[in-house]
Amino acid sequence: MKIIIAGNGKVGQTLAKLLSAEGYDLTIIDSQPSVLQSSLEKFDVMAFQGNCASMETLLSAGVKNTDLLIATTGTDELNLLCCMTARAMNPKIHTIARIRDPEYAKQAYIMKDAFGLSLAFNPEKQAAKEIERLIKYPGFLKIDSFAKGRVEIVELKIEEGSKLCNVPLKDMNGIVKCKVLVCAVLRNRKVIAPDGNFELKAGDKIYVTAPTDALSDLLKNLGIVTHKIKDVMIAGGGMVSYYLACLLEKSKINVRIIDSDYGRCIKLSEQLPKASIIHGDASNQQVLESEGINEADALVTLTGNDELNMIISLYGSNCGIPLTVTKLTNFENSNIIDSLPIGSVISPHRLCCNTIVRYVRTMRNQTGAAVTIHSIADGQAEAIEFLVDKNTLNCGIPLKKNKLRKNILIVCITRGDVTEMPDGDSTFNEGDSVVIVSSGDNVILQLNDIFE
Amino acid sequence: MNYKMMGRFNALILTIEAVFMLPALVICIVCGDTAGINGFIAGIAAAVGIACILAVFSRNAKPDFFAKEGLICVGTSWILLSFVGALPFFFSKYIPNFIDALFEIVSGFTTTGASILIDVEAMSKGMLYWRSFSHWLGGMGVLVFLLAIVPVSGKSEGYTMHILRAESPGPDVGKLVPKMRQTALILYSVYIVLTVLDFLFLIAGGMPVFDAVCTSFGTAGTGGFGVKSDSMASYSSYIQTVTAVFMLLFGVNFSCYYLILLKRIKSVFKDEELRFYFGVVFVSVVLITINIYGIYETLGESLHHSFFQVSSIITTTGFVTADFVNWPVFSRTLLLVLMFIGACAGSTGGGMKCARVLLIIKTIKRNINQVLHPKKVQTIRINGKTVDEKIISNTNAYLAVYMVILILSVILISFDGFSIETNLSAVLSCFNNIGPGLDVVGPMSNFAGYSVLSKCVLIFDMLAGRLEIFPVLVLFNRHAWKRQG
Repeated sequence: MKIIIAGNGKVGQTLAKLLSAEGYDLTIIDSQPSVLQSSLEKFDVMAFQGNCASMETLLSAGVKNTDLLIATTGTDELNLLCCMTARAMNPKIHTIARIRDPEYAKQAYIMKDAFGLSLAFNPEKQAAKEIERLIKYPGFLKIDSFAKGRVEIVELKIEEGSKLCNVPLKDMNGIVKCKVLVCAVLRNRKVIAPDGNFELKAGDKIYVTAPTDALSDLLKNLGIVTHKIKDVMIAGGGMVSYYLACLLEKSKINVRIIDSDYGRCIKLSEQLPKASIIHGDASNQQVLESEGINEADALVTLTGNDELNMIISLYGSNCGIPLTVTKLTNFENSNIIDSLPIGSVISPHRLCCNTIVRYVRTMRNQTGAAVTIHSIADGQAEAIEFLVDKNTLNCGIPLKKNKLRKNILIVCITRGDVTEMPDGDSTFNEGDSVVIVSSGDNVILQLNDIFE
Repeated sequence: MNYKMMGRFNALILTIEAVFMLPALVICIVCGDTAGINGFIAGIAAAVGIACILAVFSRNAKPDFFAKEGLICVGTSWILLSFVGALPFFFSKYIPNFIDALFEIVSGFTTTGASILIDVEAMSKGMLYWRSFSHWLGGMGVLVFLLAIVPVSGKSEGYTMHILRAESPGPDVGKLVPKMRQTALILYSVYIVLTVLDFLFLIAGGMPVFDAVCTSFGTAGTGGFGVKSDSMASYSSYIQTVTAVFMLLFGVNFSCYYLILLKRIKSVFKDEELRFYFGVVFVSVVLITINIYGIYETLGESLHHSFFQVSSIITTTGFVTADFVNWPVFSRTLLLVLMFIGACAGSTGGGMKCARVLLIIKTIKRNINQVLHPKKVQTIRINGKTVDEKIISNTNAYLAVYMVILILSVILISFDGFSIETNLSAVLSCFNNIGPGLDVVGPMSNFAGYSVLSKCVLIFDMLAGRLEIFPVLVLFNRHAWKRQG
């Protein structure tokens, strides 16, 4: 399948990495030759320099026999124009555009039709939704939902003195008093697929599959106090902050946004009448203290500067704020981050890339494609949800009789409203929704790929 | 430095070489040539043996591979390839001196075609086949062949770009399609199809099958090893014309053939490099024809020889139909200039490459303009597209290094006491991968007279010329071999 990526920024590069690893024919367009050069040397792709909305550039990139165009330049207008031009030149092409401006986001559904987009994505809005979920369920570092929100995979860090410390996994269900499954463990930045005798240690990050209604039990029985969050402080007044504030206002949570740009503050106060907007430097401790950082239930750092976000989060957790969320764009998978108490890490471009990869996989094989994909454990493992259909192999045969490929774990089967953690006697039936975790290098495109 | 990954690459290259020695071995067996059989068995054993050692050494290689590794890998694998490739000549005692054998095979792999053999016809058929086949393999590049057959995987999959860039000639090497493997496959498919066409045309002209195979290998790689001492002179004029036309075709940038396959013929005709290439060929043919009219009886005959020679020299093949040492000085000088210009970028030919010459001409024009209008902002365009300043400065640097190596080589080989014309043309001919030079190293003679030192210098020149200098030069930089940094 041939794919053109217009715009070689952070999203473009992450997409190039993910999609070239899956073996698609990628062509990248950007106006900057220097970024193209570095992508050429990192990935097996072709690169063209030019304006991605111009016919000439698109033609030289071979738009006529391309199946999908992903426009992710910095400007919404350019993205739309690029998709429109491409569709005019090749009516069969699928187009995906990034639309991030809040003013356009409201009308994204109209534009989707008018410009014939297959998908419009908004990394900032998606990130805001993700942060909102973390605020609703404090205690988890990350939450990914499956089966239309019935099943979640949550990330937990085993702290020193936790009830789970030095406990073999087979005894875990007794402690948390609900049925959950640990599907991956991240220890020293290496992902481990654990079995029943695996003992957890302090410092491990574990990925737990649980039915959504069991989440609060899980937190309670682990001794993690769930303090309902009523007051959120946000450092940085960018687009994520705006979307997040909108969402939190709906849940009647108090929001304070600190930004150092006066004009931006004025604009935010126009858009968000209920939130209190503070003009000040969030990196200044006095500003944070005088705005009552000690009373806040949660601190979200969303400035455009990774280092600043880390420093503010460090300061916040030092002040004893129960929940901190840090936005990082460049260092998301770095060694140092793990050792720092900066709470949950959110990376907007990573989130939206997962969405796009999912779309691409669906396009490639119309039947049996993944319904949901989340990358977990620092991107070293993937949790994928599939629907069992008539083409699925080994339907109705107990799982213990089938040989699965290495590093594949079936974490749950949802049938109707009931979610079960599978054992050897479980079976796949048509209509089931199955979540698997793959921690190896296997590319799992459809459910049948998990069998040997 | 990721030595293990480089070890794995070199092991693969040697395995490929061992496989390609098999047909030559079969020919030796069919002809009952015992010395040849011994030579090839020794060669295959050495290749497989070294490959096994390297494979064991590199069994748990990390897949990190960057620009430095790519460049050095290309350099080392060509040297290793040459050493192992020389063994059949040496062990079969057809060429008893190892440096001579090395000179012969380097001349083959780099598609030079310069020979130290006094009597080509004394070689057995297996040896002649191996000599000509080395042209074919070296023409498109053995690492490109590797890229075409070995699937790319791993974290730094972009590294293949460094290999293509180091092995394929030209100032700005790009892929034809997004996938490196597909690109390499397309290049080799075009190459194979053209070679087969050439072979069929030669057969149609009544050439013996073995001669046709070797000649088409020599033409395809723009090498120039023939199976006869007088090169192409004793074949019919039909065969000579076919060879001349195909030499020209193999000197064209292979991406043009890909564009023709895509039915974008218009953009091929508009290609500036291609126009320049054919322009130079046309002007040279006309000038030389007029200049040598007195030597040959008819205008047709002088046109025929002039066309063949221009085509052979500009594509850096080195086949000859006439001893051009006896041509007037003007014609010989013109041929020297053609040696320097060379074929198109992205072809199998050597030399400076038309694309670079074109760029240098345009840069000179710009600099003259700059003197007249110091504040004028000027961009250099090729095919309507602005050329990156980095490519221009790289081209200028290339020209400078090229000149330095040329001068040093001429000085080094001048100890042997031949005339300046001989030495200059010998270095030019080896450095640009042509084959015959002028005077003592002219088309009807050979390089046997040079001393061991001079032969080593010329071997270096051939390798440096084929790989466009830098992959060979970095091997001499001690920083390149450090584990870190």
